[in-house]
Amino acid sequence: MKILSIESSCDETAVAIVEDGRKIITNQIYTQIEIHKAYGGVVPEIASRNHVMKLPYIIEDALKDANLTWEEIDAIAVTKGPGLVGALLIGVSQAKAMAYALNKPLIGVNHMHGHICANFLQHPDLEPPFLTLVVSGGHSHLVMVEDYQTFKVLGKTRDDAAGEAYDKISRVLGLGYPGGPAIDKVAKLGNKEAIAFPRIMLEKDAFDFSFSGLKSSVLNYLNGKKMKKEPIVVEDVAASFQAAVIDVLVAKTIHCAQAVHAPKICIAGGVSANSQLRAQLTEAAKAIHCPVYYPDPILCTDNAAMIGSSAYYNSQAHQFSDLYLNANPGLKIDRLA
Amino acid sequence: MTSNQATSMKLLMIDTSSIVATAAVLKDSQLMCETIVNYKKKHSEKMMPAIDHMLKDAGLTIQEMDAFGIVIGPGSFTGIRIGLATVKGLAQALNKPVVAVNALEGLAYNLPYTEGLIYPILDAQRNEGYTAGFTFKNGQMHTVMQAAVLPIEEMITQLKATKADAIYLLGDGVDRFYDSLQAAGLPVKRVKAHLTMNRASSSGQLAMERLLAGKTTDFYQVEPLYLRKSYAEEHKKNG
Repeated sequence: MKILSIESSCDETAVAIVEDGRKIITNQIYTQIEIHKAYGGVVPEIASRNHVMKLPYIIEDALKDANLTWEEIDAIAVTKGPGLVGALLIGVSQAKAMAYALNKPLIGVNHMHGHICANFLQHPDLEPPFLTLVVSGGHSHLVMVEDYQTFKVLGKTRDDAAGEAYDKISRVLGLGYPGGPAIDKVAKLGNKEAIAFPRIMLEKDAFDFSFSGLKSSVLNYLNGKKMKKEPIVVEDVAASFQAAVIDVLVAKTIHCAQAVHAPKICIAGGVSANSQLRAQLTEAAKAIHCPVYYPDPILCTDNAAMIGSSAYYNSQAHQFSDLYLNANPGLKIDRLA
Repeated sequence: MTSNQATSMKLLMIDTSSIVATAAVLKDSQLMCETIVNYKKKHSEKMMPAIDHMLKDAGLTIQEMDAFGIVIGPGSFTGIRIGLATVKGLAQALNKPVVAVNALEGLAYNLPYTEGLIYPILDAQRNEGYTAGFTFKNGQMHTVMQAAVLPIEEMITQLKATKADAIYLLGDGVDRFYDSLQAAGLPVKRVKAHLTMNRASSSGQLAMERLLAGKTTDFYQVEPLYLRKSYAEEHKKNG
């Protein structure tokens, strides 16, 4: 089964064709990052304006790259949420029209399920159940994937997502947007033990996260230095901040995996591309004999191939959408619809 | 024209640029069907099913359309894009041409044969309106004032300069500006409810004339008419 999938939830206009949820035939991504950099973050109206003009070209690129015609496509899939409502609406509107005109099944997909399913594209033999650490601009979640359609949230952030903290700290350090890769790059040149930022673990048995305290702590440190007119070593701040985030993510994930006897651990979402997180979690999981899976960086960022994979498993469970399909900007991670 | 008259053309017109969700099918000079919902915006959810119901009721299929017409704005940015992405999807899937109509022209087509100046106003928020001026002579529409986004003061200056004997106001921005325009001594008249709103039969009629005249574009090129930059671009600090 070949599914053409569309992703437009934030600042990437992406189209892919995926076969049977596992095989990428083509994965086209047009990123607007350069356009939004000038504003220090994604501007929703500008993102929407670019999506609506760009999407038809990316669809055509995908068909050409795959050397396929519409007759050979079995279904159209699209991200319905979560994300920026105006941006989501471009993909949803165009997907609905195409499915209708071509008389093909339409499949709305939860963007966060897509991130998790990126692991299925990377590791053809990977199957649920597994525990997933989902970390992105808007999410820091521990999700038990019991089967292809059952996503159980075991822990989540009580304030800022890890990615939000990265973006904020990156901005104040003058490292630009997006913060994840910027801080990861600079942190490699710094001493992660230079500054002792707090590791906020909350209650002993909680699987939840909290990053706002860490964020404030870094901001206070920087203000303090500025007041005293002392030099700031950006590399050390980046490395120490990142170490604090990752220590918490890793400790919570291992703790949770032990508690629920997870046979495997996956990492998903934009921040899962972080090299330090991958290395540290893999190392820590060895102690509990738990293999760790993560996708290549190209499948960690927003892409449509992961939507095509998730759509396939929706189709196998007869989860199709009708022409009333709408964007759902606040769609929760444990919800199919 | 003989070849055009021999081949019959069907056009599906879509407009989600205002609070009205409306679609229609025209076949040459015949209006085959129309749907209008002028209450509560939920265009992204409901426009596509409404089109499906309309086509089914009329015994038509989407595949037999020869072209797709779209109102490209001005109006609600999000609304414009819902319609545009829909039409791009239909035209791309079926490889058919696209005909663009701006919302102000479409509104003027509600009032052909009118003597005097037709002045549509669409609510642009922030105390401004999207406007343009049109006249009809022998059934032919003439654009006498180009589409623009204007505050009330500039509308008054612009309209006074025309020295028109009668100015017909229509569109969803009239309520906001009517009192001020009247107080300025302009000969303004409000158009009745059924003619003051965006209607796909009107914009579709104009689209059909353009289709028959070969004035088409395609799903790549057709673009929104925002008349305004995004807020972030307008307020971007230089350098």
